[in-house]
Amino acid sequence: MTETRVVDPETAAPGEPRKQRRNLDLRLTGLLGVLVVLCIVGYATRPDSFLTEANISTMLRLAAAIGVVSVGMTFVIISGGIDLSVGSIVALAGVWMTTVATQSYGPVVMVLCALLVGLGCGLVNGLLISYGKIVPFIATLAMYASAKGLAERLSGRRTQVVTETGFTTFFRGDILGIPVLIWTLAAVFAVGWVLLNRTTFGRRTFAVGGNAEAARLAGIDVRKHTALVYGLAGLCCGIAALMVVARTTSGASTNGMFYELDAIAAVVIGGTLLSGGRGSLIGTLIGVLIFTVVGNIFTQNNLDTDIQNIAKGVIIVAAVLLQRTTARRRGAHAT
Amino acid sequence: MTLLRMTGIGKTFPGVRALDQVDLEVAEGEVHCLLGQNGAGKSTLIKVLAGAHQPDEGEIAWRGERTALPSPVAALRLGIATMYQELDLVPDVSVAENVFLGHEPTRFGFTRRRAARDLTRTLMARLGHPEISPDREVGRLSAAGQQLVSMARALAHDARLIVMDEPTAALAADEVDNLFRIVGELTRDGVAVLYISHRLEEIRRIGSRVTVLKDGRTVAANLPADTPTADLVDLMSGRKVETVFPHRETSTLDTSREVLTVTGLTRRGEFHDVGFHVHAGEILGIAGLVGAGRSEILETVFGARKPDAGHIAVDGKPVRPGSVVAAVKAGIGLAPEERKAQGLLLDLPVAHNVTLSSLPAYSRVGFLDRARELKDSKATLERLDLRPADPRRLVAEFSGGNQQKAVVARWLVRGCKVLLLDEPTRGVDVGARAELYRVIHELAAAGVAVVLVSSEVAEVLGLADRVLVLRDGEVIADRRADELTESAVLDMVMAGSAVTEEEAS
Repeated sequence: MTETRVVDPETAAPGEPRKQRRNLDLRLTGLLGVLVVLCIVGYATRPDSFLTEANISTMLRLAAAIGVVSVGMTFVIISGGIDLSVGSIVALAGVWMTTVATQSYGPVVMVLCALLVGLGCGLVNGLLISYGKIVPFIATLAMYASAKGLAERLSGRRTQVVTETGFTTFFRGDILGIPVLIWTLAAVFAVGWVLLNRTTFGRRTFAVGGNAEAARLAGIDVRKHTALVYGLAGLCCGIAALMVVARTTSGASTNGMFYELDAIAAVVIGGTLLSGGRGSLIGTLIGVLIFTVVGNIFTQNNLDTDIQNIAKGVIIVAAVLLQRTTARRRGAHAT
Repeated sequence: MTLLRMTGIGKTFPGVRALDQVDLEVAEGEVHCLLGQNGAGKSTLIKVLAGAHQPDEGEIAWRGERTALPSPVAALRLGIATMYQELDLVPDVSVAENVFLGHEPTRFGFTRRRAARDLTRTLMARLGHPEISPDREVGRLSAAGQQLVSMARALAHDARLIVMDEPTAALAADEVDNLFRIVGELTRDGVAVLYISHRLEEIRRIGSRVTVLKDGRTVAANLPADTPTADLVDLMSGRKVETVFPHRETSTLDTSREVLTVTGLTRRGEFHDVGFHVHAGEILGIAGLVGAGRSEILETVFGARKPDAGHIAVDGKPVRPGSVVAAVKAGIGLAPEERKAQGLLLDLPVAHNVTLSSLPAYSRVGFLDRARELKDSKATLERLDLRPADPRRLVAEFSGGNQQKAVVARWLVRGCKVLLLDEPTRGVDVGARAELYRVIHELAAAGVAVVLVSSEVAEVLGLADRVLVLRDGEVIADRRADELTESAVLDMVMAGSAVTEEEAS
């Protein structure tokens, strides 16, 4: 008796109407539990520094850019796709906005440049996938390569330092004592949540990912919507590029390296189905925080990054297994 | 001689008593029919037989010896093969590879491809289809061809009992004949068949004995196959047969308003020069065999396929062909043939499914009005008597009939003028069918132009005002339903014998 959820739909007695929501809540509670345990571990190993304001602020600032990328990735994965190009787009947008020419136009143009480059790359992904009928894995793999190449070409593989002081003062500053980077993450996350859960755009995203053919036959323009979802992911990369450039005060073709892997990992341990149609942004956010805290614990205790990477892999597998068992146990009680 | 005897089988899922005291006895060389409504426990019983579910209580005896079926492999070893309704073949690989999936002939760990191919060729010949090459990709075969592959797989296991779950659901009449011929040959060799179908006439044709399940219990065992239909339906449902087709007091046809006009619609290789029109409140039935182009025509009218030629107009205004978005805007709705694959988002609540085609109407600058969405969904569910009328419940939790109502509800909420129904009662049990018929009548009464495609001629004749008969992608008759009889339509559809007006009436 391993499968407790197999019940003929026809024979199923009236169960619990909000089962899905409760399952989701339970999953999120489990994830939060993991995060709390990690924080306790962090505090236990470094009681003097872990829970200080400075350290928390550092962690959140590190988490901010990857968090923004993960918001876009959540939309893409819920819509049934995948985006391997996010890291390269972050690099390209960062390099483009920090060229001497762009910087000469001032901070507003720099910001617009990053956003437009991100959005543009995302839309190209989306058009290739929806109208060009190239599978997302391949289309975004091609973008990963070419955006990275273009970033290297633009920068001549050199790090471009931001000399525009207006830009750095604003993005490295605080508002109400909280770093602008963290505000940005919060804003992107809030807008993303509303977009996903309260608008027709979000509803269509779930529909396209859940059953593209059914969505098409319900009169949804699946191709247009797919293109827009990738555009949104690209825009998130543009925003993340700003944040990385602000944090490091430079643009380089090595920015955003491995962001695609970190973002996919965060989305998946957050409970979003890789097959699409189901997912949660709150889960993604917790996923990002879990990885950040793990990284911080390792750094604080002077452990090597290679061990850190092994730990990341273990966490991904453990989180997915944990979610499956809690969902199953829950199912046994609910039906 | 009794091959299989199941006694007092019980199976409980969390919260559901799926099987409760089921008895079943199958003799060698017989076609034993298993009858029951959806939810009566047939699927669970099959899964117990296939070793996929373990019973909580009861006994299984095979050739008089008590046995257990702890796994699908154990069931196959014993000689029980199952052909599921949704065929479990791998579409991208060859016929031979499918037939021997999981028990490939090997030597020193290497698969013996030639041996597998030769054996498959022999099996296909035995099944009467030597033209199906072992190297063909299974996904390219027709539904009937895939069924043959599934049967070849059962034979390759040297099965003594083959369980067939609704094998004719996707077959055309001549393919059904072939299937029955094969079943006949198998039983002559002593193989037993456990046959599950909603179609009583098939049971008359090939059945030896009948066992009826209701609510997880055996309510009648080993009845003769010629038991009167009324008795069988009574056993299955407790309802009288007459209630199946509700009488329509008055036709709601409004001939002054032609809502849907289709002229010269053509898609090469599928259908040719199809023209028809549907008035407000009219139900147009389309009869024809599977493959005659019925679903293709509906999908083309709906814009899901692009026509090579022809015009479609709603209320006299032309609709851009080949665009679902344009068709939906013009007021056309489709309840597709494959309800789960094409119609529904199973993991989402009913409310989200119902409003999926009307999202702009339920939002302001993109923001959803979720309260109104819930309220309207609930009202529509109640209007269609979809039970339980809880719009927050996931679609996957509903029965087939109720899921179909959810698809219809989507177009009701949208306020469509033309509703295309493709096999709306497929896989829906007798009681729920009557409900759907009532819903279809009500839609027509509300002035919707309805186009109904069904494999069951009785259904088309019973519901429609007018009937379009299709053969090989061409319209061969366009008559009032009361001028036609079931046998006349079948005649036209199958043999192609010219039926004159006199004969038809």
